[in-house]
Amino acid sequence: MRIKQVSVFVGNETGRLVDMLTPLARSKIDILALSVADSADFGIVRLVVSDPEKAVRALHEAGFTLRVNELLSYQVPDVPGGLLRTVVEPLARAGINLEYFYAFIQSEAGKATVVLKASDLDGAEAALKRLQH
Amino acid sequence: MWQPQYEMMPRPELARLQLERLRHQVKHAYSKVPFYRAKFQEAGITPDDIKSLEDVVRLPFTSKSDFRDNYPFGLMAGPLSEVVRVHASSGTTGKPIIAPYSAGDIDTWANLIARNLVSAGVHKGDVIQNVYSYGLFTGGLGYHYGAEKLGATVIPASVGNTKRQLMLIQDLGTTVLTSTPSYALVLAETAQEMGIDLIASQLRVAILGAEPWTEKMRLEIEAKVGISAIDNYGLTELIGPGVSCECQYKQGMHIWEDHFLPEIVDPASGQPLPYGKQGELVLTTLTKEALPVIRFRTHDLVTLHPEKCACGRTFVRMSKVCGRTDDMLIIRGVNVFPTQIESALLSVEGVAPHYQIIVDREHHLDRIEIQVEVSEAVFSDEVRGLEEMEDRVRAEINSVLGISARIKLVEPRSIARTEGKARHVIDRREL
Repeated sequence: MRIKQVSVFVGNETGRLVDMLTPLARSKIDILALSVADSADFGIVRLVVSDPEKAVRALHEAGFTLRVNELLSYQVPDVPGGLLRTVVEPLARAGINLEYFYAFIQSEAGKATVVLKASDLDGAEAALKRLQH
Repeated sequence: MWQPQYEMMPRPELARLQLERLRHQVKHAYSKVPFYRAKFQEAGITPDDIKSLEDVVRLPFTSKSDFRDNYPFGLMAGPLSEVVRVHASSGTTGKPIIAPYSAGDIDTWANLIARNLVSAGVHKGDVIQNVYSYGLFTGGLGYHYGAEKLGATVIPASVGNTKRQLMLIQDLGTTVLTSTPSYALVLAETAQEMGIDLIASQLRVAILGAEPWTEKMRLEIEAKVGISAIDNYGLTELIGPGVSCECQYKQGMHIWEDHFLPEIVDPASGQPLPYGKQGELVLTTLTKEALPVIRFRTHDLVTLHPEKCACGRTFVRMSKVCGRTDDMLIIRGVNVFPTQIESALLSVEGVAPHYQIIVDREHHLDRIEIQVEVSEAVFSDEVRGLEEMEDRVRAEINSVLGISARIKLVEPRSIARTEGKARHVIDRREL
């Protein structure tokens, strides 16, 4: 499934995450999945939220630089080797590079949900679909 | 003294010599350099109008941009075939300042540097390790020729390779160091780390310059290396080092006034200011052959003191440079204007013109950090994308300025703006 991700540029300063999360909480936006990529000077906070458009408005109003892009979200069995066999191996076989991925905070029992960005999103989608069928 | 007949000349006699040389120099510039002739004509003045030293104020100023606009040889007096050497300054918008020298200029220059050396307490028999960079920069070859003129032993070490510098100091019995003050401190600290006692070495004197430094730094260098640290001043446009130098009394730098006519002017109005008042230093060459320079605005803020010095020299003493009238920064001896950084930034695709330059000194070496605001146009959800942008900016700055800067991406609007305008430079060095 295609899903929208909101990435936010956050300077590496104490309190900056508070500034970022406060408007989201105030707008009653639920964070479904989250990952942080960091360098020495800055972080990129990547979010999957309940209402991306509302989140973008709230973050823009708070003065943040952000970007919205599409990722794939995919359910994997919550068992040893589940991620490997259902996502990582099939993509590697199809010659598709995973740029990054991370997991949802909550999932239904026995399943885990990951969101991923691949070098070729259409190709990744096709490769994973083939596997399901 | 190297040339006591000049260095101790009574001031009335000096004034007569200066006037004679000024008239000759102005005539030389007027007849050989179309740029000066046009400027003089525009100001309605001819060389014959210079009847007294005070008349110098009637001559038009020359600025750094005149050098740039007439790049490379437009300000040269006479043909290139009379030029035996060309030096160049570092770090101007793409094109450097070009300084041609005739054989006569090289000889004058060597004598002026020999004056610097003797004034600092150096003599024949000394071993001079010249740690100024050799090449286009005037410091290396300038000091080299002056030291040879004096008859001292020169070690043309140039800058860098600190451990080898320390080895040479110890093994060759170096007594005199010529370098930038910051590099002198790097030498001192590396020696400390390696367990080398420089105080026990033969080193006696260091002649330091090419960048601003403080009295505090002087005391630190003197204590750590066990030497007397002497300040000196010069500019590529005028000759390089050899414009002024401290004597052993360290009460300001004696300007070699028989070769350079100093004035202090109000930086805003350009009107002359009396001795003792701080203002912008304006210099006119009196004896240059290949590159006569009339009333050059240095943008350096100094004070001149004419009182006779205990050393016996009659030449005026200039204070350390207390500041600049423009926004030029000197970073590791390289002249940098914020506008150059701005145009380098803007040439990188996607970079917004919001930036801040932070200059600091870390372990005695200047460090420059450029903070650039990230716009949504360039923001990427991948660290790699942003780091690639940092690399592109760094490479561009390096190719334009020849210095490496740290690039830091910051959030939009995080750079403080005063009255809508960002404050572009924060200099945290204690200069």
